[in-house]
Amino acid sequence: MVVELDMELQTMAAFLTRQIDGLITRPIRLMEVCGTHTVAIFKAAIRQLLPAQVELVSGPGCPVCVTPSRYLDTAIAYSREKGVIVTTFGDMMRVPGTDSTLSEQRAAGADIRMVYSPLECIEIAKSNPLKRVVFLAVGFETTAPLVAGTILTAQAAGVKNFFVLPAHKRVPPVLQALLSNAGVQVDGFLLPGNVCAITGEQPFEFLASQYQIPAVIAGFSPLEILQAIYRLAKQIHAGEARLENQYKQVVRPEGNLTAVRILNQVYGEADTDWRGLGCIARSGLVLRSTYHSFDIRTALPVTVPDRPVHSACRCGEVLQGKALPRECLLFGTACTPEQPIGACMVSVEGACAAWYQYGSWRWQG
Amino acid sequence: MNGEYIQLGHGSGGKMSQELIASIMLPAFSNNILAELHDGARITIHDTRLAFTTDSFIVKPLFFPGGDIGKLAVCGTVNDLAAAGAVPQYLSAAFIIEEGFPIWQLQKIVQSLQAAAQEAGVVIVTGDTKVVEKGAADGLYINTAGIGKQLDAVTIATAGVRPGQDIILSGYLGDHALAVMAERYGVMLPQTVSSDCAPLNGLVLDMLTAVPQISMLRDPTRGGVATALNEIAGQAKVGILLEEAAIPLRPEVAAVCELLGFDPLYLANEGKMLAFVDAEFTRRLLSVMHRHRYGGDARVIGRVTGKNPGLVGLRTRLGGVRLLDMRAADPLPRIC
Repeated sequence: MVVELDMELQTMAAFLTRQIDGLITRPIRLMEVCGTHTVAIFKAAIRQLLPAQVELVSGPGCPVCVTPSRYLDTAIAYSREKGVIVTTFGDMMRVPGTDSTLSEQRAAGADIRMVYSPLECIEIAKSNPLKRVVFLAVGFETTAPLVAGTILTAQAAGVKNFFVLPAHKRVPPVLQALLSNAGVQVDGFLLPGNVCAITGEQPFEFLASQYQIPAVIAGFSPLEILQAIYRLAKQIHAGEARLENQYKQVVRPEGNLTAVRILNQVYGEADTDWRGLGCIARSGLVLRSTYHSFDIRTALPVTVPDRPVHSACRCGEVLQGKALPRECLLFGTACTPEQPIGACMVSVEGACAAWYQYGSWRWQG
Repeated sequence: MNGEYIQLGHGSGGKMSQELIASIMLPAFSNNILAELHDGARITIHDTRLAFTTDSFIVKPLFFPGGDIGKLAVCGTVNDLAAAGAVPQYLSAAFIIEEGFPIWQLQKIVQSLQAAAQEAGVVIVTGDTKVVEKGAADGLYINTAGIGKQLDAVTIATAGVRPGQDIILSGYLGDHALAVMAERYGVMLPQTVSSDCAPLNGLVLDMLTAVPQISMLRDPTRGGVATALNEIAGQAKVGILLEEAAIPLRPEVAAVCELLGFDPLYLANEGKMLAFVDAEFTRRLLSVMHRHRYGGDARVIGRVTGKNPGLVGLRTRLGGVRLLDMRAADPLPRIC
């Protein structure tokens, strides 16, 4: 069988893993914060290439995973309201609320539409002037500026029937919370290049300065990830702790100032709930008072009871890197991508779903 | 089955579809021919070996770069027959049309359907038209069924799939799904990406004439190459190992997939064929495929293994192996 091997890529990868191996003298744990990194690591099968002493754990950086089920219950409650069209990014459709999903609600007759960009909601709102269009505004610093821009566009165009159900979250405060919680111990952070492209480097400086933990802002190709791990290994070997930017072609030190300005114009910081992690100070984004009228909870309040999550689900620990997905009793048995119990199993970028779907542990070499 | 209502995922071709078929359809219709679960059923009437298939087409939008629902309706059925080792001959075409549908569009679609039939060398010999109230259908649905004679000395069945065989793919992946999705969601695509929708019976006839020993053929439509190979690995109780570096993928398709969070191995193709063959015939088969207009980019993408029965693995460019699992339902575009 003839296979064109990508020799250059393989050679570089082998070189980097040899270098990493030479630098590491004790077991180390590195946390990839972002779900896109989690998937990229599985897709390239990077874990199998690394020395056994290097452990990669997934962090709280999949936006779907950290959205509390109460938020889903609220979204489902809105989808049942007369005259409401719920719009959402695709990966929220199958996320379990307490007893249903948006996908099931749509099958039962609710008007729920998938969009690729929040801007599409403005068109939907214009073509349905008698209905309220509610966008499920979920995501980190990467998507929040887009939603903020959409709100400004709706305001400028005088669209009065576009609303959001906000649940945006910020990455730096959750890392701060993980570190101030004694249970979470990592030797280095692989930081999300897409988030840093918006925020810039400064919000992540505290990892090194306050906690003496090396951190590298990384791109998403297999070699960029390996290179970032190599840089972390180098710092750990030298006993240093710095914030490094491996993704300079995309991430400028000051970030994207326009996006940040739009974000700050529309949103302010607030405490917010994370699935499995509880309430974290200043980790969420809420609409500033000028834009309160765009919050569906102001325009059309609904009541949603507080209900307990599945007791055996360990998503909370998985999100903090305290447990591997396979260590959860439900993993792969009661909880699968077809019938997810925890949110880490439902999003393609969730740690449990990635472990399950790319699960190299099931493949005998 | 779980849940009270049919969800879109039940139509994805993934695990939810399998569950629907296994729990509702198979128990009701149970018979040996259906149990093969090939897209084209192999039947015998008075010692004549025939292949018979049907498919419904519900694509949105109806017109997309590289084709339309009419062309698709012919190619889908023709390719299922070809993948059963048959020469497609006669097709039916049934139209379910929504009240208010523009007649000029219907005309265009019917003409395109006839043009595709002509290219494939099949004849539309029967059909049906129904009109439903506005809102009861999304513009237009087409169902086609087809029948053809199985080639002599050819047996396409999972029973013939065995360790050591090469797996050949006839060309680039993911073009159809991306062309349709880009049109649906207004994503700008480079002009080089259009649907690969094409009748493959000519290619398959050349392949089977040169190498009648081909043991399995499958057109990787809904669910893509990964789903098709998972089905075959499961039915034949073998493992399959693909080589990422060998998989034909256009850089522009890879880039759009990256952006939307899709894995091209799970995207639908409408003009590609997978073939399983003993390694000694690989060279001959590839040279025949390379001479055909729809097989110019054919190559070996992996092989059948004795280990890991029922699983499909992918050796990545970096040299590790990851699993290509059967997905529950269609991929959903991600948030960030």
